[in-house]
Amino acid sequence: MMRFLLLFSRQGKLRLQKWFITVTEREKKKMIRDMTLMVLARPPRSCNFLHWRDLKIVYKRYASLYFCCGLEEHDNELLTLEILHRYVELLDKYFGNVCELDIIFNFEKAYFILDEFLMGGEILETSKTAVGTAMEEAATLQETMEEYMSKPTF
Amino acid sequence: MSPSVRLQEMIRVIRGARTQGEERGVIQRECAAIRAQFRQADNGTRSHNLAKLLYVHMLGYPAHFGQMECVRLIASPRYNEKRVGYLGAMMLLDEKQDASLLITNSIKNDLSHNSQYVQSLALCTLACMGSAEMCRDLAPEIDRLLRASNSYIKKKAALCAVHIVRKVPDLGELFTPAARSLLCEKNHGVLHGAVVLITELCERNPDTLEQFRKVVPELVQIMKGLVMSGYSPEHNVAGISDPFLQVRILRLLRILGRNNDTASDAMNDLLAQVATNTDSSKTAGSAVLYETVLTVMDIKSESGLRVLAVNILGRFLLNNDRNIRYISMTSLQKIVQTDHNAVQRHRGTIVDCLKDQDASVKRRALELSLALVSAVNIRSLMKELLLFLSSCPPELRAHTTSGIFNAAERYAPSQRWHIDTILHVLTTAGGDVRDETVPNLIQLITTATELHCYTVHKLYRALITDISVQSLVQVACWCIGEYGDLLLRGECEETEPVQVTEDDVLDALETVLQSHMSSPATRGFALTATMKLSTRITHNVDRIRSIVSIYGSCIDVELQQRAVEYNALFKKYDHMRAAVLERMPVIDKSSPGHTNGESAGGIKELEQTKLTQEVVLPKDPGNQVCDLLDLLGGSGEPVPSSGLSHTVPGPATSTSGGDLLDLLGGLDVSPAPPSVKVYEKNGVTLKLQTDSQTDTGMTITLTATNSTDGDITSLTLQAAVPKSVQLQMKAPSGDVIPARGLGLVTQTVLLNNPNKVSLKMRVRVCYSSQGAVCQDTVQIDSFPSPAW
Repeated sequence: MMRFLLLFSRQGKLRLQKWFITVTEREKKKMIRDMTLMVLARPPRSCNFLHWRDLKIVYKRYASLYFCCGLEEHDNELLTLEILHRYVELLDKYFGNVCELDIIFNFEKAYFILDEFLMGGEILETSKTAVGTAMEEAATLQETMEEYMSKPTF
Repeated sequence: MSPSVRLQEMIRVIRGARTQGEERGVIQRECAAIRAQFRQADNGTRSHNLAKLLYVHMLGYPAHFGQMECVRLIASPRYNEKRVGYLGAMMLLDEKQDASLLITNSIKNDLSHNSQYVQSLALCTLACMGSAEMCRDLAPEIDRLLRASNSYIKKKAALCAVHIVRKVPDLGELFTPAARSLLCEKNHGVLHGAVVLITELCERNPDTLEQFRKVVPELVQIMKGLVMSGYSPEHNVAGISDPFLQVRILRLLRILGRNNDTASDAMNDLLAQVATNTDSSKTAGSAVLYETVLTVMDIKSESGLRVLAVNILGRFLLNNDRNIRYISMTSLQKIVQTDHNAVQRHRGTIVDCLKDQDASVKRRALELSLALVSAVNIRSLMKELLLFLSSCPPELRAHTTSGIFNAAERYAPSQRWHIDTILHVLTTAGGDVRDETVPNLIQLITTATELHCYTVHKLYRALITDISVQSLVQVACWCIGEYGDLLLRGECEETEPVQVTEDDVLDALETVLQSHMSSPATRGFALTATMKLSTRITHNVDRIRSIVSIYGSCIDVELQQRAVEYNALFKKYDHMRAAVLERMPVIDKSSPGHTNGESAGGIKELEQTKLTQEVVLPKDPGNQVCDLLDLLGGSGEPVPSSGLSHTVPGPATSTSGGDLLDLLGGLDVSPAPPSVKVYEKNGVTLKLQTDSQTDTGMTITLTATNSTDGDITSLTLQAAVPKSVQLQMKAPSGDVIPARGLGLVTQTVLLNNPNKVSLKMRVRVCYSSQGAVCQDTVQIDSFPSPAW
């Protein structure tokens, strides 16, 4: 299973964190710091896999964002690269040409999409279209209040 | 109180803050406003206040006061409030927080909600942060949802069940029937969830594993369907149909096929099909192939399939993509023990990867190269490893040095090569070696008696070049102390001798003593070496005396102690000085870990030959035993026991490298147990030494040496003992005794004497010497006492 998924910028600012295991706040902060340092120190065009403690770390850079996740012994690293790619595709489809700012200003949407795609550290839905459909249908459930009419955000 | 701004406004303001202090100020204001809002009654803004708080939390600021708000929002009837409430619960609450228990009831209610989206929120949150109690409470609900709902909920319930099983393994039995029926679903999401659930159940419970072996044909069908199916826009990734599901099924097949022939047979064809048909030009295909290879290697697959798998890994090794090379080496590492030869074929490429720029690839290549070292390739591979050591990243150095030492110890073709290698490592990376290296190297040097001159010359040269590497300096000082006379003699066969005077040597040692780079231990070595030289040099003894007396008032107590003792040796005990400081005896290797000449561990082939030889049973003892019987006529009717093995020579290992103590075992400087000469004729001497003795048995070692000018070949030893004693002869270390005492053959004999009769033994020695076959018998009536 995936233990965590982190998104951070080139400056080390955290944009999204999803933890699939129970850890203390302090431990989380430490892990985030370690991941950020390790991944940002990697030269370009290097291997996307790292080793940290007893975990395999897979990271991929998309424009200004680093997607980084921690895997257990039996997980397939190459498949995880595909998972990260799929998540980016889903974000791209939802936001239309997604960029880092979209994720900053609409972080809760990013989480909702993630929750339709992954659960408990495993893939929930392998279909490209199902996640988008679910998001649309959930959105119609939300009561429309006039404050939120103009933008697809909170 | 400032009016609270919308979420996006707040984000904009925070991002606009120019300094950390400014940002903190904004956030403090906002948090105060949010707290105030939380205290108020419902005013329709709760959800976006919580959202703001979650943003602040992500920036790293404390947000615990939002926990109760999450609980309240989750209980709200409005969907958007529930949504944010559950998100907040997943971010702020975990099973350790007390507040998490409060949402159990809400989750329970929401699991039966009309709207599937509300149900899904509850399922998601339970799977994210559900504690063991919550899981126990809600497991029956999840089971119900697994059976009777739509696919959207089923897939979520499946992964929720996975979480429950992880938290409370006992509940696995509850989900087993439902998991089984889910395999019939068509929906990929549900299927994927079912496979993950079954995998989790099988990993935790061997009985469940047995049960699910029956579904292997079904899984094979599903997989075939995926591989053969046409293009499906929904699931296609780079030409592969749903690689995520394929990989999970392969992983489940691996678990089901492990150690089970029937299951493995059932999946053989499928695996071959996937391995050959999957297009690996993109990552998705490679991921599927990778998982296939892992499965093939783990189950009981037929050899053709295994060869196919290793070939795939070989192909991966040549791929341009670094990730694929890394993956390939990781997999090869897993199979290098079992399929050693297959991996050896790719050694060249692996060694090339040592030169890769990428640190991860380098690390993998190093691990694999070390695993591939064998007696055959040790020289060439060591060259590559030493080259790697000189340019390797600092975090890998310690690992590299210890790997090199282990490999050198196992497979060194000659002692000189071994010493050279260790010295090379010390000069290149002496700061990263383990502590045992120094005593181990010293022990190696003492045993290589013919190389003392060579070694001391090399070490002297290293010492005058550089005294910063402590391990090297320590060994050098020790050597110079011991063999300084060889150094001063100025002649050496193996290497260009140095022309040094006694003063030069003493200068070198004094530099070490006085240098601030030398550690206290090193200075101790240097002082002792200086003292030892007092018996090995002729002219400058006074200089040594003065050095030693200076250090009598040194502030380091260890050095002071030594100096004072050496001083006393000069003054009061000068008559004993020569005897005390003479050459140290060769450090004995009779530690328990040492087996008769067989290299410890070693690659599979060597082990296999060793096994077959130990298994060789005595052919009908026949004539030879009868002869022994006749000879033994009178005394106590000794009968050769079934343990009389036709002594088959053990694997011919080179005596030089193989006789070293395990690096990890440290030094065991025990005095040699007394050995008794039992046979001496024609230059062949047989000694007996008792290793250990108990009331009911003993272990003895027979050692054969040869002082003639020619090798003794075809040596065999046979033994007979009194009737009630059981005899077991271990495989001898060899059957050739090199000439002129350059080597020896040992054989261990175990005697079990339950009736405690008086032990006697008759040994027959057969050998060929200078073309003639000799045979002798010797009677042993008393055994020497063991050393301890």
